[in-house]
Amino acid sequence: MQEQLNINLPQGSIEKQTTRLNLGPTHPATHGVFQNILEMDGERIIKTESTVGYIHRAFEKIAERRPLYQITTLTDRLNYCSSPINNMGWHLTCEKLLGVKTPKRVDYLRVIIMEIARITDHLICNSIVGVDTGAYTGFLYVMQYRELAYEIYEEVCGSRLTTNMGRIGGFERDFSDVAFQKIEKFLNEFPGVWKEFENLFNRNRIFIDRTVGTGAISAERALNYSFTGPNLRAAGVDYDVRVHTPYSSYEDFDFIIPVGTSGDNYDRFMVRNAEIWESLSIIKQAYQKVQAFKGTEADVYHADSPEYYLPAKADVYTKMEALIYHFKIVMGETDIPAGEVYQCVEGGNGELGFYLISDGGRAPYRLHFRRPCFIYYQAYAEIVKDTMLSDAIVTLSSLNLIAGEMDA
Amino acid sequence: MSLSNEIIIEKLRSQFGDQILSAEEPYGMLSVTVKNDFNLKVLTFLHDNDELSFRFLTDLTGVHYPDRKGEELCVVYHLHNLVDNVRMRIKIYVPIEKPDVYTATGLFSGANWMERETYDFYGINFVGHPDLKRVLNVDEMDYFPMRKEFPLEDQTRVDKDDEMFGR
Repeated sequence: MQEQLNINLPQGSIEKQTTRLNLGPTHPATHGVFQNILEMDGERIIKTESTVGYIHRAFEKIAERRPLYQITTLTDRLNYCSSPINNMGWHLTCEKLLGVKTPKRVDYLRVIIMEIARITDHLICNSIVGVDTGAYTGFLYVMQYRELAYEIYEEVCGSRLTTNMGRIGGFERDFSDVAFQKIEKFLNEFPGVWKEFENLFNRNRIFIDRTVGTGAISAERALNYSFTGPNLRAAGVDYDVRVHTPYSSYEDFDFIIPVGTSGDNYDRFMVRNAEIWESLSIIKQAYQKVQAFKGTEADVYHADSPEYYLPAKADVYTKMEALIYHFKIVMGETDIPAGEVYQCVEGGNGELGFYLISDGGRAPYRLHFRRPCFIYYQAYAEIVKDTMLSDAIVTLSSLNLIAGEMDA
Repeated sequence: MSLSNEIIIEKLRSQFGDQILSAEEPYGMLSVTVKNDFNLKVLTFLHDNDELSFRFLTDLTGVHYPDRKGEELCVVYHLHNLVDNVRMRIKIYVPIEKPDVYTATGLFSGANWMERETYDFYGINFVGHPDLKRVLNVDEMDYFPMRKEFPLEDQTRVDKDDEMFGR
């Protein structure tokens, strides 16, 4: 049979022949704008060339002309699966530079919202890993709880995906009663749903066959590639920004850093699962702490920094100072102190860093986003070398690459 | 935390002497400026020294200062010692006419794309880089867009006239 098919080809030529395959940039399996030019030997990948930048929007350049509060909208569009984390990270950067001290209640409210965002991020990533291994049901089933999370965002800030949540110094308004009710509903109902999702996957024969041992990276290589977040932890390194460089009062919470051992697709999946449970526990603790505030403290939702925090509308009409600050802030005429800061937060997929240099003007002199995706996507070629194409697809989604963040 | 900023700067000074141009601590992070040919030597020293062991490259980026004659471009490395949990920053300044910097890809595989990005936006030439080409912008681009000579559009410009929507 073999001889008959290759009858017109010279002897031995078919064995050496490789195929070039264009995976992406728009392919349903890549979940985003990723292009990989694969050199294939049958179904085995020999060489990968990744192309990025299809949705590059020059955020760093745009930021050099904007006052600080307008840059929040740019950070939304980095990792859009967990925009509130990016927003809070940016506010923390500004607060560090400006020397604004946030009250504890603001910190705890931020923690609640950041952990919900982390859950939605992991939820999307893990259910997409399920989709890529052939299990669509889990994805559709858990999606309704992302919807509930988005309703919480909506209740807090008015929008869902690109949230532009919070202000420098706190939140634009206090959490409403409905927001707290929805958070409670989330805490009550989501664990059962996630348990069911885990039952569907964790010991599923097909899923284990597809993910164990595929897409693995050793801890040493992962560190050398500057991996952070769940991808690094899956390889066995317990580095978590929330613990190593606490921000927003994370030191007040009791949680563990889940780690894996082999850094393969299954470990990444399991680390994210475990982190969702930790996040739920953090939300519970934060919720209790928020409820425990009494008296005037229970209504605080922003720092006392009139220079940078937009005053209440009633004050703008009646008080001169408030009117002045209102105009200065809205028109972006507040000079920011000169200096340089690096602030990082544990984003949904790794250490999200903001390197801000100010020369004393009204906009940053230079703003650089340390985007975890961009940094670890370069390891993709090494990870998928000599693996099967179908495993490379699962690896692509289990690395949790977000095109918006990668291309900034 | 056993490793303090004083120990780091003392070790660097005793090893490199005058090549360490300045050291400061803005917002608590040690920031060391190094003579431009010595970036790789300093990075290697910080990486290999057992006590310092800055083996994690957090970030690498460029900055353009058009007013600093002879040292217009700056390359900033953010390093992290994960054992003692200390972060630091290394800076080098290079002239815009000859923006040559030794690559760190030999030490950190992760530096590959970060250097490509810095090249892409600032035109810094990383000597010894295995594949120095643009990463986010199109290959045909013949300028370096993050340099300060390319300002964003001024809101008050008058040379554009749009009758329908006004400006």
